[in-house]
Amino acid sequence: MAVVDHKTFDTNDADKEGVSEPSRTGVYWAVGLILVILPAFTGEFILSDIVSRILVMGMIALSLMFLAGYGGMVSLAQLTIAGVAAYMTAVFGTSAITEISIGLTWWIAVPIAIIIAMIFGTMVGALSVRTEGIYTIMITLAISAAFFFLANQNYDIFNGFSGINQVLPPVFVGVNWGNTIPFYYLCLFLAAVSYALVLYVSRSPFGLALQGIRDNPRRMAALGFNVTAHRIAAYTFASLVAGVGGVLMVWMNTAISPGAVSIAVVIDVLVMAVVGGLGHPVGAFLGAAVFIILETFALDVLETLGLPGERFQLLIGIGFLVIIFWSDDGLLGLWRKWRERSAKRDPLLGDLEGDGK
Amino acid sequence: MTDIASRLSGAGTNALELRGMSRYFGALAALSDITLTVKPGERRAVLGSNGAGKTTLFNCITGDFLPTTGSIRLFGEDVTTFPAHERIRRGLRRTYQISLLFGGLSVFDNIYLACAGVSRGRFSMLRPRKNDALVAAAEDLIVTVNLAEHRETLVNVLSYGQQRQLEIALALAGAPRFILFDEPAAGLSPTERSDLITILTSLPEHIGYIIIEHDMDVALRVSESVTMMHNGRIFKEGLPQEIEEDPEVQELYLGGGHG
Repeated sequence: MAVVDHKTFDTNDADKEGVSEPSRTGVYWAVGLILVILPAFTGEFILSDIVSRILVMGMIALSLMFLAGYGGMVSLAQLTIAGVAAYMTAVFGTSAITEISIGLTWWIAVPIAIIIAMIFGTMVGALSVRTEGIYTIMITLAISAAFFFLANQNYDIFNGFSGINQVLPPVFVGVNWGNTIPFYYLCLFLAAVSYALVLYVSRSPFGLALQGIRDNPRRMAALGFNVTAHRIAAYTFASLVAGVGGVLMVWMNTAISPGAVSIAVVIDVLVMAVVGGLGHPVGAFLGAAVFIILETFALDVLETLGLPGERFQLLIGIGFLVIIFWSDDGLLGLWRKWRERSAKRDPLLGDLEGDGK
Repeated sequence: MTDIASRLSGAGTNALELRGMSRYFGALAALSDITLTVKPGERRAVLGSNGAGKTTLFNCITGDFLPTTGSIRLFGEDVTTFPAHERIRRGLRRTYQISLLFGGLSVFDNIYLACAGVSRGRFSMLRPRKNDALVAAAEDLIVTVNLAEHRETLVNVLSYGQQRQLEIALALAGAPRFILFDEPAAGLSPTERSDLITILTSLPEHIGYIIIEHDMDVALRVSESVTMMHNGRIFKEGLPQEIEEDPEVQELYLGGGHG
């Protein structure tokens, strides 16, 4: 019942064979370099409201990509897990709501917040891993909805509807990490680490076994794997990524409120991951980029064209529809299709002939 | 019964002991009152027509589902309620009638997973280093089963016979003590069949197995004893020759009803 079928494995292998090693390294260096020197060319708005947001939401989408792409478990709780980390950063750290915030220094508050998010995520996993497909989606959606209403109605910890504001990034080694450029670099660094970590773990024994469980849980049990424990551990790992994303999320907005963990945003994260593609970690960031760019500029584009600006949601929707309609794995699928068309394929084996370009 | 004492007391006892095992699917008795004993190192063939309950028997022994009644002892230890992976870690292995392999992975990765499943490295998030024990075990196994030349081939691309070979390889990972082979010869060519017979007969002596096989020729050559099943029950047990010559068995299985 894997939501993502064997294509994912093929993707990885196609990547290995299709693009030669030097050219892939070249792409990494080029993208890395552009991201590093980006602040020299862009204004504050692009950096803080677009690129940093892409990186933060991309990390949360990445945690969903890890579970869905490698584990076949579509969890709608990943934003909520990030939200737990965000709220806990506010509760254990400092904020304007002094009756709630404990006021611990950031390097104690943040690890506590991430650990609580990981415990929460592990519990979500324990509840949902015995289910498959649509039922996993329903259980995690229910958890997300419950958390939203809890945060909305509880004033002792979550400060209800208005949430907790003035949750500022720390000043550390003489840098105010709340300033646009340092915060951008902080996001870039943590997003790059998360990306590399997910990619690394996916080829570790743990990650390989997770992909085996996705494709064939019964066989994996017959090879000695504890399928349930393995899936729960995958949730714990994904919660680490989501938790770090959640801490960045609260710092980025300098506040956390129920609106940030509402079902609408839960769906946004799902859309990002699916539109980007679940076959490879880079899909999460691509999806987040497309989503946030469309969300930010759709209104302007429509008004420039003389169309009513309030229809911008429609434009976003059509954009996603087009991607999903033409591709079996989001943007990654489109890219693969394009490459396959330009490369000759062995009709029998499906291998790319030569070092495809 | 999970403590060490009970496991040690299992030494020298039977490899597999089924007592009064039944499995119902609703009102249908797929297995009824199966009592079966297999000694350590013993090689047993299970024969029977389609629907006789052979694969259900394997599924119960593996732990894919629990028996409705009765008990299963593996090397003296009561594993009736154990999940599948706990039984596998105690030395049980099984192959599937229809290959259940990881088609998108290479031959080596399939074998590596099988080795990892019965080791402590299962949860390792670190990629294997050079001289990694698991990698070494997988390298050894791939040579043993004659698949070394297809090391990096995707399993989807393997021929049917090679997939069956890999299916057996996965069952030999780690330190198997007792293996359930579910129709390993099905669909194999005559040459592949004789290769299979060689693999089975050259297994280390301490490894016992049960083999489900429709091909009497294969079944009788690789087994020391035969259990004949019919309609979810054990119908006859005996030496291969006795079973082959038994008129009732002949009537039921070897020709009866087919003219």
